[in-house]
Amino acid sequence: MAEPMGFFTDTTICIGCKACEVACKEWNQLPAANGGVNTLSGDSYDNTRRLDGLHWRHVKFVEQFTPDRSEGRWLLMSDVCKHCVQAGCLEVCPTGAIIRTEFDTVVIQSSACNGCRDCIGACPFGVIDINPVSGTAQKCTLCYDRLQAGMEPACSKACPTDSIQFGTIADLRQRAEARVGQLRGQGENRAQLYGADDRMLGGLNSFFLLIDRPEAYGLPPDPKMPSRNLAPGSLWATLGGILVGIAGLVSFRNRGNRP
Amino acid sequence: MSEVPSTLFTAAPHWRWLIVFYFFLGGIAGGAYLIAALIDLFGRPWDRPLARLGYLVAFPLTVVCGILLVVDLNRPLRFWHMLLASETLTPMIKWWSPMSVGAWALLLFGFFTLLSFVAALADDGWLRWPGLARLRPPGILGTIVVVLGGLLGFFIAGYTGVLLAVTNRPIWSDTSLIGLVFLISSASTGAAVLMLLARRRAVANAEGLHALERFDTLLLVLELLALVALVVSLGSLARLWLNTWGVLLVLGVVGVGIVAPLLLHRQARTSALAGASAAVLVLVGGFLLRVVIVLSSESV
Repeated sequence: MAEPMGFFTDTTICIGCKACEVACKEWNQLPAANGGVNTLSGDSYDNTRRLDGLHWRHVKFVEQFTPDRSEGRWLLMSDVCKHCVQAGCLEVCPTGAIIRTEFDTVVIQSSACNGCRDCIGACPFGVIDINPVSGTAQKCTLCYDRLQAGMEPACSKACPTDSIQFGTIADLRQRAEARVGQLRGQGENRAQLYGADDRMLGGLNSFFLLIDRPEAYGLPPDPKMPSRNLAPGSLWATLGGILVGIAGLVSFRNRGNRP
Repeated sequence: MSEVPSTLFTAAPHWRWLIVFYFFLGGIAGGAYLIAALIDLFGRPWDRPLARLGYLVAFPLTVVCGILLVVDLNRPLRFWHMLLASETLTPMIKWWSPMSVGAWALLLFGFFTLLSFVAALADDGWLRWPGLARLRPPGILGTIVVVLGGLLGFFIAGYTGVLLAVTNRPIWSDTSLIGLVFLISSASTGAAVLMLLARRRAVANAEGLHALERFDTLLLVLELLALVALVVSLGSLARLWLNTWGVLLVLGVVGVGIVAPLLLHRQARTSALAGASAAVLVLVGGFLLRVVIVLSSESV
């Protein structure tokens, strides 16, 4: 296996240019949504709005303004599949279409997916959706095809500020720690890493530097594996089965007294 | 500052009406079969016509379930990818994924319901090959078929709730009790269908019908308790039901589907209409339960 590879996205230097979105769409040949008809969100410069089967990168525009709008700031964050070390989508996929690659990334094989959509609800981050063209679940592949050819993913290659950095996880974590230290030294005490260590789902191979709570960026504060409910859910259902069985025996059993 | 629940940051898998109908009809199939199996294995010989009804219901419904699930896929022709790995053609099963296990269980349940269906037809004299009747108890072969089919019936009746829990969606994965509620409700709706058919076809004696009524009464009480526990287990997430879904849950599922049939069951011995109405309301409630559970999370 090659070394684990991933993204480190430093949201503090994202300028919201969406070059990553465009580069992703171009390389992965993702068509425009809605037949190319422009749909504007109407309340933000963010018209992509969410990750889905046709959008594998999404630059979030988080607007934080005081009610009188005298003070405010933009939080910009290029969102993407987190390529979790413990991946909920991969765990539930009943066709085996979702695999872990030699780069420790998570890829949906479109040729095997049958569109059951279990992975969509299993993803703790809401990253996956159906691509209406293929009829299969799709998301960022961390440019698996480019990685196999020794190339860098399209989005990080296109990023003009290096907000999206690509590299080995070990190297990226070092860079991220240094950047947090630098920001804190400059007085930005809210600087924190999201998913950079193995406490969150075994580690996110695509992790982030944030300067607010994860919720502010639309990120779950405590993402979990779907299988956390497997044992308790099965035990409760089994108990239900026993109760139903007892009710059945009580009601139907042969007492030998013919009516 | 209190944390926002993490399940609210996820995306809906677009499981809508086809899935609601699958959960409902699959529940009836599993419930009807497990009741039939219980009667055949432990019940009174003169209730066997009632069990035969269960087998006659279970197989066609299971076929419909399979069709619903295939049609719901975005790539229906690839339905078999759930059973065989599409590249290697080796068996595809992940015991920790309820959908994977469920696909196999539904296939096997279809097989056993077919055997029992054929046996029921042979018992009825529709199929003139007496050997087929041995696929029903008494007798070793019939007992094996009904025990395995019955266990699968229990599984089909409840696994769908566990499948919902093994996601990261709000409501579904915020409680472990949906499987419990679905299983009880499945048995109840299965009993309701048997009650209706038994009355219509006059196959069961009064004793058999009373046993079904008694069984369903127990189940409705259990279901009510389980539903209350489910709402409590949701904690702060229960606020997601402080809207039309909650009204539908309280009035439709509990009022129409549990409380009203409980009252009507008490009069069923004297009034055939009350008995039939109770069964119909149980079916309405069982359907609405799945509507609320599935679609309320889909709409978050």
